[in-house]
Amino acid sequence: MSKIHIPTPLRQYVGKQSTIDVNAGTVGEAMTALVAQHPDLRRHLYTEEGKLRAFVNLYLNDEDIRYLQKEATTVKEGDNISIVPSIAGGTLDASAEFLSSQA
Amino acid sequence: MATTTTELPSTLSKDEILRYSRHLIMPEVGMEGQQKLKAARVLCIGTGGLGSPLALYLAAAGVGTLGLVDFDVVDYTNLQRQIIHSTADVGRKKLDSAADKLTAINPFLNVQKFDTRLSSENALEIFRDFDIIADGTDNFPTRYLVNDACVLTGKPNVYGSIFRFEGQASVFATKDGPCYRCLYPEPPPPGLVPSCAEGGVLGILPGLVGVMQATEVIKLILGAGEPLIGRLLLIDALGMKFRELKLRKNPDCPVCGTHPTVTKLIDYNQFCGIRGEEKPVASGVPEIQVEDLKRRLDAKDDLFVLDVREPHEYQICNLGGYLIPLNDLPKRVSELDSSREIVVHCKMGGRSAKAVAFLQQAGFKKVHNLTGGINAWAERVDPKVPKY
Repeated sequence: MSKIHIPTPLRQYVGKQSTIDVNAGTVGEAMTALVAQHPDLRRHLYTEEGKLRAFVNLYLNDEDIRYLQKEATTVKEGDNISIVPSIAGGTLDASAEFLSSQA
Repeated sequence: MATTTTELPSTLSKDEILRYSRHLIMPEVGMEGQQKLKAARVLCIGTGGLGSPLALYLAAAGVGTLGLVDFDVVDYTNLQRQIIHSTADVGRKKLDSAADKLTAINPFLNVQKFDTRLSSENALEIFRDFDIIADGTDNFPTRYLVNDACVLTGKPNVYGSIFRFEGQASVFATKDGPCYRCLYPEPPPPGLVPSCAEGGVLGILPGLVGVMQATEVIKLILGAGEPLIGRLLLIDALGMKFRELKLRKNPDCPVCGTHPTVTKLIDYNQFCGIRGEEKPVASGVPEIQVEDLKRRLDAKDDLFVLDVREPHEYQICNLGGYLIPLNDLPKRVSELDSSREIVVHCKMGGRSAKAVAFLQQAGFKKVHNLTGGINAWAERVDPKVPKY
């Protein structure tokens, strides 16, 4: 089993959990299992064409998978996969609320 | 890195030596280190959540010159976390409030105020006079602007960001290290990162992250320790867990790579998909003003009030509306009666506009968006309703 760390902004789509255990051989398989279990996550992580969104990075343990074998990176027992989206701050104003509500 | 090209001022005065004695007796700082701090010029972008602790500690530590960039005014809701401002400062310019506190802590500090919104037109010029930039801003366009300006002017970008109870910290834009765009080449399109409905921030969090930024600034100035270059520190305040991820400089980075394509500052609002001063109304959505809602409710009109906020917001204040949080609306739309006239509201009118658009597409013909949301109700109809 390996663990996927879910960042705060996305926890509402996985029943508020901060980590999810998955059985997978590669990072790609782990992510497929994750969005299969939690389909609401899909559009936040992937484009319609199935590509990982550019403002989301995936790490295997402490390495960015872009510098490993990307989604083909092998996952071993006990490994940690981290989803790391960009965050900008905690304050919101009216225009930010409006913009954030437009998905 | 940092300030080594600047001439060191001559000896510290007796007062300064006494003030900084706890620094001076440590070999990691000593007289030489303290003089480097005094010679250093650090620009703090934002004097809010992150900027407050950052600037306070840099002033206390003896940084010689602090530039402050902030166009904003102290708001009552800032006081929960922006500890450089006090209740008496509400309504004052943040720059003035901050400068007062900083010079009160350390009269040897030279404060330079920039009462402006940082933009592509002024960033390069403002940055030029400083050695290190500390980014304490709260929006994506400015983050990208600061990053690009740091790379173009060759200044390190001490980065911190927060969201609810999580934070990130790193040092970007050093010569051999990555920049922000190496990590995130593109910003999220507005609205796709679901921050709105759940917004808010744990007051202490920017304190934690801001002081980490101050620590990194000081380390860069002193040339001590291991700065967070090529390292992304992830902070989980609720779990009190700290994790570290490796960041690499991307050779194809459009700003700091071997063949950069970004050689000047761009329109960052456009880059982030933000279309300027937009009124918080989705076009084509029927609106109702709070005064009209009040009038019609008082007249006992048959109106169904739908509240699309989150349960914890409902507990703060509500209009007695039927609560279906926006994200649940698609699943629970069958709970609504499309033969009734429905007024939808949220906090400020943004989420409810989206809900109205959704309901219209689902075939509801009699739906209205409450312009300005419950906040407008609190402001114009019933001041007993708290704003939040």
